[in-house]
Amino acid sequence: MSTAPLIVRKDTRVLVQGITGKQGTFWTEQMQACGTKVVGGVNPKKAGTTHCGVPIFATAKDAMKEAPFDASVMFIPPAMALDAATDAIDAGARLLVVLTEHIPARDVMTLLNHAKANGTRVVGPNTAGLVTPGEGFIGIMPAFNPLVFKPGRIGVISRSGSLGTLVSLNIVRAGYGQSAFLGIGGDPMIGTTTRDALQALADDPGTDAIVLVGEIGGGMEEDAAELAATIKKPVVSFIAGYAAPAGKKMGHAGAIVTGDRGSYAGKRTALEKAGVRVVDTPGEIGQALADALA
Amino acid sequence: MNFEEHAGKAVLRGAGLPVPQGRVCHSPEEAAETARAIGPVVVKAQVPTGKRGKSGGVKLVDTPEAAADAARAILGMDINGHKVGKVLVEEKAGIAREFYAAVLLDTANRSPLVLFSTEGGMEIEEVAASRPDALKRLNVDSTKGFSEADAKALIQGLDLGDAADQVAAMLAGLYKVWEQRDAELVEVNPLALLSDGRVVALDCKLTVDDSSLYRQTDIAPQGAEEPMTALEKRGKDAGLKYIELDGNVGVLANGAGLTMTTMDVIQRFGGRPANFLEIGGEAYTKGTEALSLVLSNPGVKALVVNFCGAFARTDVMAQGVINAWKELKPTLPVFFSIHGTGEEEAIRLVRQELGIEPFDLMEDAVRHAVEAAQ
Repeated sequence: MSTAPLIVRKDTRVLVQGITGKQGTFWTEQMQACGTKVVGGVNPKKAGTTHCGVPIFATAKDAMKEAPFDASVMFIPPAMALDAATDAIDAGARLLVVLTEHIPARDVMTLLNHAKANGTRVVGPNTAGLVTPGEGFIGIMPAFNPLVFKPGRIGVISRSGSLGTLVSLNIVRAGYGQSAFLGIGGDPMIGTTTRDALQALADDPGTDAIVLVGEIGGGMEEDAAELAATIKKPVVSFIAGYAAPAGKKMGHAGAIVTGDRGSYAGKRTALEKAGVRVVDTPGEIGQALADALA
Repeated sequence: MNFEEHAGKAVLRGAGLPVPQGRVCHSPEEAAETARAIGPVVVKAQVPTGKRGKSGGVKLVDTPEAAADAARAILGMDINGHKVGKVLVEEKAGIAREFYAAVLLDTANRSPLVLFSTEGGMEIEEVAASRPDALKRLNVDSTKGFSEADAKALIQGLDLGDAADQVAAMLAGLYKVWEQRDAELVEVNPLALLSDGRVVALDCKLTVDDSSLYRQTDIAPQGAEEPMTALEKRGKDAGLKYIELDGNVGVLANGAGLTMTTMDVIQRFGGRPANFLEIGGEAYTKGTEALSLVLSNPGVKALVVNFCGAFARTDVMAQGVINAWKELKPTLPVFFSIHGTGEEEAIRLVRQELGIEPFDLMEDAVRHAVEAAQ
């Protein structure tokens, strides 16, 4: 696994692949408005021009020479995602944020293995991205909304962008703020797991407590629970999928319960055994944090 | 996407792998005709689910008349919720030994996993538990692939006699199918050594990654339709992920995580969610069709609209809901909670156009909806 930092900082230099599209443009503007240091963009057809006030390059490799970057974020459709990711990895990106949903699984496998071999940390696919309130963000989160994000000392991990937004909102409402929001993605195969994100927040001196937002499917929460048992900071969790019927894909391809594996009860039990406080509804997170930090 | 046995076998045959001679039949007459041409046959229900044998969906017969009777008995059967509409009529093979072979995507290890066992016909989980010595497994480096020589190395030491070369060829061939067909799983159980010495795939389970169907256009039309209700079908045609449930509170939310959470809170507060439907991601402009779907479920007595916009803009989603509301003029109560990207405009629109005050907390919106639905 890559040791590249997972938490976005003021000085994190960001490249935007697919910057000139409608979404790429909108979110680049939002990232810039939140202080993110966007240094360039990629669009092979518009190399040499300027967009959102930054230079456009044909490839990430060209960008690395002219406008060195630490992280790249991809606004790229599924069929082209592997090529774009390979370009960024080969260019030497330390962090690659893959927002794209519905990338063929075999391409995701190839992408993740290539990244690992080259020391690139991948976040996603199918992630809403990373936010560090007061410093910057990479992705498609409402980082600009002060009701949702505010500088503070709570670290948040979420597979889902929408639920991560709701939970962040509840944290701010309870009088806290976030040290970092780590959106890891809703796909069954992702580059940075719940456990990896938990480790990053456990190591972060700016984080006092951690909110782990999980959902049914896969074994990532169970795996993270092992680590949670060993760290000193309090961990509060909400797991989505209590009411989900077995055997049905709940939107996220990763959120499917087959047999005992991936069930709500299994995840909740594993986390509670590790000393994690698991709440029934997102509205209870504020109180749980207050109890944990008292 | 799941492929029924006959469709999976067609993919194997296309890749040059040995499968029994046979034909898909839709009537007893067709089955009899096929048996007349082939001889003794096995008649197998074609449904995308396991346990067909235990459900009476597989019959061995010797004459065309018996084949017709078997087809008559099997066609129309219900197996695990799947109605049988066709049978595969195949040559009845004399089986000497049964093996198990599969290649699947091991998501935890991010690599293809090849499995082979000398204990065919059993569930592989059982073999792993009771006869671990009979099971060989290998995580393949996908940049290097998996050749016949690799397969021979994997099965070395197992007592396969003269069949070893054919088994190795089959394993390497299944790996190619996995790779070239973007399979999540290709499984042959049993892989049979016949009494005449041939090794053939007697069954085939193929699941292709849904996200790869755009580049598997030649086989995608042969995939099995998921069993869906009429409303679920309508949702799918509109590009929406809709799952119909037996509940009384309708759910309209964005993003899979938030939608599941809305359902959870409905259940926690004593209600029953009537559906899963998320309009996040690229679907966030489809508010009108989404609302119409939710309201078409006759069980819905109240509705929760819960938006937390990140990528999905809540003002765009709210406008879609408002448009649909004005067009459909529903009489049931609706409770909103809106936050995130575009929330000020979204809340203003709901107030102005529908005269409804959104709740600050989703829990409050849900609580009111659960009470109203009772």
